[in-house]
Amino acid sequence: MSATTLTKKDFATNQEVRWCPGCGDYAILAAVQRVMPKLGARRENTVFVSGIGCSSRFPYYMNTFGFHTIHGRAPAVATGLKIANPELDVWVVTGDGDGLSIGGNHLLHALRRNVGLKILLFNNRIYGLTKGQYSPTSEAGKKTKSTPFGSIDAPFNPVTLALGANASFVARAFDRDPKNLERVLERAARHKGSAFVEIFQNCNVFNDGAFDGFTDKKVRSEQQVWVEHGKPLRFGKDGEKGIVLGEAPGFEPRVVTAGVDAPDEDLLVHDERQPNGILASILGSMTPPLAPMAMGVLRDFERTTFEDGVLDQVDHAPNGAGRSIHELIRAGDTWTVE
Amino acid sequence: MTTSDSLVQMPGDRSQRTTLHDAVIRFSGDSGDGMQLTGTQFTQTAARLGNDTSTFPDFPAEIRAPAGTTFGVSGFQIHFSDHRIYTPGDHPDVLVAMNPAALKVNLPDLKPSGILILNEDAFTANNLEKAGYTSNPLEDGSLTAYRSFSIHITTQVEKIQSEGSKLSFKEIGRTKNFWTLGLIYYLYSRPLEPTLEFIDAKFRQGELADANRRALKAGYLYGEVAELFQETYEVRSAQLQPGTYRNVTGNQATAWGAIAAAEQAGVPLFYGSYPITPASDVLHELSRHKSLGVRTMQAEDEIAAVTASIGASFGGMLALTGSSGPGIALKTEGLGLAVSAELPLVVLNVQRGGPSTGLPTKTEQADLLQAIYGRNGECPIPVLAAATPSDCFRMMVESFRIALKYMTPVILLTDGYLANGSEPWRLPEENDLPKIEARFAEPSPDFHPFLRDPDTLARVWPLPGRAGLEHRIGGLEKNHDSGHISYDPDNHERMIQVRQTKVDRVAHDGARTEIFGPRNGKVLLLGWGSTYGAIRQAVHVLREQGREVSHAHVRHLNPLPADLGDVLAGFEQVLVPEMNLGQLRMLVRANYLVPAQGLSKVKGKPFAVEEIVQHVQKMENDA
Repeated sequence: MSATTLTKKDFATNQEVRWCPGCGDYAILAAVQRVMPKLGARRENTVFVSGIGCSSRFPYYMNTFGFHTIHGRAPAVATGLKIANPELDVWVVTGDGDGLSIGGNHLLHALRRNVGLKILLFNNRIYGLTKGQYSPTSEAGKKTKSTPFGSIDAPFNPVTLALGANASFVARAFDRDPKNLERVLERAARHKGSAFVEIFQNCNVFNDGAFDGFTDKKVRSEQQVWVEHGKPLRFGKDGEKGIVLGEAPGFEPRVVTAGVDAPDEDLLVHDERQPNGILASILGSMTPPLAPMAMGVLRDFERTTFEDGVLDQVDHAPNGAGRSIHELIRAGDTWTVE
Repeated sequence: MTTSDSLVQMPGDRSQRTTLHDAVIRFSGDSGDGMQLTGTQFTQTAARLGNDTSTFPDFPAEIRAPAGTTFGVSGFQIHFSDHRIYTPGDHPDVLVAMNPAALKVNLPDLKPSGILILNEDAFTANNLEKAGYTSNPLEDGSLTAYRSFSIHITTQVEKIQSEGSKLSFKEIGRTKNFWTLGLIYYLYSRPLEPTLEFIDAKFRQGELADANRRALKAGYLYGEVAELFQETYEVRSAQLQPGTYRNVTGNQATAWGAIAAAEQAGVPLFYGSYPITPASDVLHELSRHKSLGVRTMQAEDEIAAVTASIGASFGGMLALTGSSGPGIALKTEGLGLAVSAELPLVVLNVQRGGPSTGLPTKTEQADLLQAIYGRNGECPIPVLAAATPSDCFRMMVESFRIALKYMTPVILLTDGYLANGSEPWRLPEENDLPKIEARFAEPSPDFHPFLRDPDTLARVWPLPGRAGLEHRIGGLEKNHDSGHISYDPDNHERMIQVRQTKVDRVAHDGARTEIFGPRNGKVLLLGWGSTYGAIRQAVHVLREQGREVSHAHVRHLNPLPADLGDVLAGFEQVLVPEMNLGQLRMLVRANYLVPAQGLSKVKGKPFAVEEIVQHVQKMENDA
């Protein structure tokens, strides 16, 4: 039955999409629907699980299986689902409030366990569905309805948070660059284990232009660097810029003009497979305007998945107390009354 | 080893032996004194001899409270008999107290002129002070109302160990629980073999096993040679229903019931749980049985435990999550999702003393209204409760039967008393278990996720992975068939009604009020959960006194059994003894307009039979 080639349209439902006109979520939905056929995904084998928030309406618009759960808990629901049926392609769609605030714990533990979930975190740095309060990724000092005098919280960096939980795949993309977004989604889907993708998403109603500083076409080439495994990090209008790691202890990335400030061989070369993930953390920490925002796959490292571990124990557990409940309850100290 | 083998095969006896119908022993000491092990061993031996047994382990929340303090006292009470018994007994005939604190805490419960066995070595000035004694009870005459035997137990175990033993002073001292057990075995004419076999299996070979074996035999021999007791006792085997038996705790039975349900349904079991007293043993037990297909997950928190279970259920597994009160509170929102998505799920609440952290190791049944009502919105969930440790098995199977048949979460209530208490269990045969059916949806042209069975109103269970069943559901109100989001007012009311009616129908599906005694009379004692044994025994005592009293017990709390209204109508008065402030009483009043009275006990301890007996006597005298 999978012989039929599916198209983007096959993954769309008949539900009217109810995001605000101009919302970045539309572009992400379209990108996901376009990627599905490329992956050879089967509708019946695909499940989208979400929590609560604007982004979490996502499953209703995908003609696959979908479960719109409760606030913050999608990674936990998806973990149970993946244990029940590891053959399924399970995607989690969450936001900065859902995934990093109320559901932060579940996100971290799903990543730590390396559950085979594709986790898309739509980061718009604001609470949209509750109409405009600051989120855990909002910049310090931000004035919102709940912070009229400015937010006093320091924000999370979702990517370094995920790396701190030893996420085996970490990537970044943004809504207004569908081509690279698709490339990242494809890579995430093909990764075995947890794949965490932060997608910068513009909320044109409550936080319009939040990412313009590095996503606007005029500044993009200067303020972003697209990372590729095995290649030096090059950016700028003509790719003239690069990154070198500074003086000892050598953790501070520094922007240089290649061949002028530093020889080409000194430029930082990306290694997404580095086992300890330190390079990914350095790249993930870079913040414009001091350094460009690193986009693309920051880390892709294979380690045993949670679901494989669970099933491996089920398959190989010693058969100590019998092969059925009737043998089990009769094992040990029993006696007979005539 | 100089002890004679003849000792092991029931020695001859110089004291007079009296035959008793039953006896109650309480072992008590510091939480590191091994009293739980001692009690469990006595229980296994009694069970092997064919006695009926009922046990009550009672231990502190602290793992090792400061030695010698009253709050560090750990106890294990066992009631064994030659007839069917229902409770661990109100008052011990024998109290073993390994230190002054144990004596202080437990002496008020000992029967008048009961036997008191004390480790005199532990009655030091320091320990007496820690227990709050201003004078030594061994010397001040305060124990004259009892048959008190004060023995230097620590000295005894030190004496019997072989010279050149590599065991430390501390390790040798720890064998005093086996010495004491040996002494009590002598007092009640019990064989040593079951415990010797246990020591072989538990400690294998080596000096520690030797030391424990030696201590056990020495304790027994001490009883015989020192001629401490004027009489020894015998409790013959009980006439129990023919069958194969084993001793089982409530938590064990609960875990096994879930495995049985999975087997009956042919669907693998998922258990999502976060460690919590007194429910953790269910997680421990299920984690051991992966070879039976059980997939367990120690979740990052209680919320993940329930939501991962919901995810597993969505994926087609038989899902169970377990906890105790504080954890159940955290699962509340998840339960609402399971109700809204109409997914099968069993939620185990091993109740403990509340509110908040409350009394983690003590028992209570104050979560009944939480189970029935404690969620936002109209959110009906069937609620069941087990009556005895072994009944936990049956009620877990029943919980899954209802969850699958009606596609609904089900809450099963047990409590700390059932969880840790034990009793002999007549093992079910393969065909004793009910058929449990998992009905997965099949693709069809008119498939939608809320297709319902016209009789049960259960929706279909469409599994991801099957083509033609793709659908989206969630916690938002859904259109009654497509499952799509619907804010339509009439649709919402329709969905509220259908979810309620579905749960209401469980009342007519085999739930019956269990009645002991005639269906008409003066007083009906109505109970639920673990008060079963105490109420049953109390009604037995009251009926022997010629009173027109009957016992009704409900295992289905929501909805209540369809026959309960008629049962209540047969009595002039209804009394509901509960380990809460009257939760079932409130339900009975609200549902049946019956002026039920309550008898409350919320001390973290089960009812004593006499407390119920005396209350009914007073009620009748006042009437």
